[in-house]
Amino acid sequence: MAKRKRIGMEVALAAAEAVGMCNVDVAAVYPITPQSHIAEHLSELVADGKTDTEYVTVESEHTSMSVCIGASATGARAYTATCSQGLMLMHELLPIASAMRCPIVMSVANRPVNAPLNILSDHSDIMPQRDSGWIVIFSENGQEVVDLTLMAYRIAEDKDIMLPVIIGIDGFILTHMVEPMEFPDQKEIDKFLPPYKPYATLHPDKPLTMGAFAMPDFFPQMMKAKDMALLNSKKTIVKVWDEWERKFGRRYRPVETYRTEGAETILVTMGSMSETAELGVDELRDKGVSVGLVKIRLWRPFPSDELKVAVKDARVLAVMDRAVSPGTGGGPVFTDIKAVFYGEDSRPIIVNYVMGLGGVDVTVGDFVKMGEKAAKAKKEEYEFYGVMG
Amino acid sequence: MSIVENFDLYAPRLIDKGEYFSMGHTGCAGCGEALATRLVLKGLGKDTIVSNATGCLEIISSRYPTTAWEIPWIHVAFENAAAVAAGVESGLKALRRKGRIPDRDVKSVSMAGDGGTADIGLQALSGAMERGHDMIHVCYDNEAYMNTGIQRSSQTPFGAWSTTSPPGEVSFGQRTWKKNIPEIMVAHNVAYVATANPSYPLDLIRKVEKARKLKGPSYIHCLSVCPTGWRMDSSLTIKVGRLALETGIFPLYEVENGKYRITVDMPEPLRPVEDYLKLQGRFRHLRPDKIEEIQARVNLEIKKLMNKVNYIQSWEELG
Ligand SMILES: Cc1ncc(C[n+]2csc(CCOP(=O)(O)OP(=O)(O)O)c2C)c(N)n1
Ligand code: SF4
Ligand SMILES: [Mg+2]
Repeated sequence: MAKRKRIGMEVALAAAEAVGMCNVDVAAVYPITPQSHIAEHLSELVADGKTDTEYVTVESEHTSMSVCIGASATGARAYTATCSQGLMLMHELLPIASAMRCPIVMSVANRPVNAPLNILSDHSDIMPQRDSGWIVIFSENGQEVVDLTLMAYRIAEDKDIMLPVIIGIDGFILTHMVEPMEFPDQKEIDKFLPPYKPYATLHPDKPLTMGAFAMPDFFPQMMKAKDMALLNSKKTIVKVWDEWERKFGRRYRPVETYRTEGAETILVTMGSMSETAELGVDELRDKGVSVGLVKIRLWRPFPSDELKVAVKDARVLAVMDRAVSPGTGGGPVFTDIKAVFYGEDSRPIIVNYVMGLGGVDVTVGDFVKMGEKAAKAKKEEYEFYGVMG
Repeated sequence: MSIVENFDLYAPRLIDKGEYFSMGHTGCAGCGEALATRLVLKGLGKDTIVSNATGCLEIISSRYPTTAWEIPWIHVAFENAAAVAAGVESGLKALRRKGRIPDRDVKSVSMAGDGGTADIGLQALSGAMERGHDMIHVCYDNEAYMNTGIQRSSQTPFGAWSTTSPPGEVSFGQRTWKKNIPEIMVAHNVAYVATANPSYPLDLIRKVEKARKLKGPSYIHCLSVCPTGWRMDSSLTIKVGRLALETGIFPLYEVENGKYRITVDMPEPLRPVEDYLKLQGRFRHLRPDKIEEIQARVNLEIKKLMNKVNYIQSWEELG
């Protein structure tokens, strides 16, 4: 493997650089903090002729997703990025993009959802999209953003998948960091990611009807097909990640572990907080607390089997949720993980800390505190960590 | 009429014999929207991709696994037909440039009802027109949300009954006048805006052909008589469409590079609006004072239009 130069760059710009390497045909991006730097830098790349992309300066996120679906239907590779209110505005179209099997890629600079308005970071925007039929992958640092973005179209356009992909990039905490990253050469990427070869396209040479309506005779089959495609996508996703590892040396798994050997208590995180959590685990281990960390990289399809294996000997799981699922008595990651263990003979005690909402900093010390508390847990808990009242 | 004599005799022979909107769709008998679509597609020809909003047209033509569309067609949602068409146009443009599809002039056309155009779809339409995509938007104006059960829209005429503007003890029906969408499109500085009406098929097809030839965005607002929603006999579709013109309620005109032109002459004097209203159950409850109010408004609107026709110069003339 060639040794590559690492360059320091803001992560949002790096995301745009990666998109610029993917030979995207149509991009339609509407600015919203903290995604805006992606929109801006991609426009610069287009303006400088560094990527041959039709950049559609849409008037809303609803239109950016509509443009992506229309473009994708013609056989074009389509890209967008958004977060928060923008993601909520395009919500209507997400299940349509997946059901119509449009392999669109979208970067989401995870940010809370109003009200109150808050431009910082958490996962409240992505959670309402859980059931939209998209593949959702979370990143932890700048290098992962670059790698996962470069792999996204390979996954989305795979004939066994044909589904759109979201890359979650925590707002500010990740989008606005300057980090050292390395980029593959364009030639290597061109080889890794050949031009999109669609199944079916809108073209007068072979007129097709797309987006027909269906009655009960066909509707359930279509829903089943989409669910099966999403469930089955996991093995292909892993295959693509394996190829990446062989070529570029960095390894990605649906569920990743850190010092879980023999750990009695396992913290479960998703997104940028995972790196801080690792430091927390180190500190806890130094103190003699038997703690490890499991990081969920693949949020949809949910990696149930991998998770079971990763935590099989743990007594306690402490699930860190960066979003609330009001009225369910637990955060969204927590409730999903609980469902995984329902059918198991032996189940860990699962506790849930909702934290880091609206950009609250979650420090190494916080993970140490939560880890210590979880290690003593006797039963299920649900707590807004560090929130008074 | 400023066209050659006997035009109507030989012109039909010039019309595309192809049928791109096939029989067997499930539209109501006498559906003006289905007829208009058939004619519009003749004007567009086979190198066309249609992005269709949710609404009657979509529902009557696309029950899976059947289709009435002989050209490529896509439906995504209700309010975004123009945005999808913008995406189709952008996709084609990029793929042509990169040599991945044949370098052929394929037109992206969005189609929506009055709701999908003037109400929920107005933002997407405005954005698409403002950005200058090479596309046409066709609005089939049947003056209500027909697909969902005849609810009022911003295009429902003053005084009309609809299921959400019912006349009652303290209501005479729809309380607002039609929002002027062609004028809003003119304000977008698009090169071509026209009204159309399938009761005048040659005029309609000619306008579509004109828009088809242009590079850039254009807009066609097509009156689409709806016997079901207008509460009228389904054999009267063409007649009621003609009365819409003869009473001055729906004049046929085009705006080319800023210049207004009447394309089908109206009788002088205009027929009274009552001739049009009385054939439709949706106006049955109107009392004479309301009919007078409508007549006065139609007279004013025609004056406003003629004022533009007579005095506004084209961009070339001004330039
Ligand atoms: C976002 C959204 N809101 C509401 C609807 C319900 N709906 C479907 S079609 C329609 C009305 C269509 O009216 P129009 O655009 O005038 O077309 P028509 O059926 O009259 O031809 C409505 C309200 C929808 N599909 N999507
Ligand atoms: S309700 Fe009106 S517009 Fe809809 S199919 Fe029937 S006649 Fe046509
Ligand atoms: Mg309508």
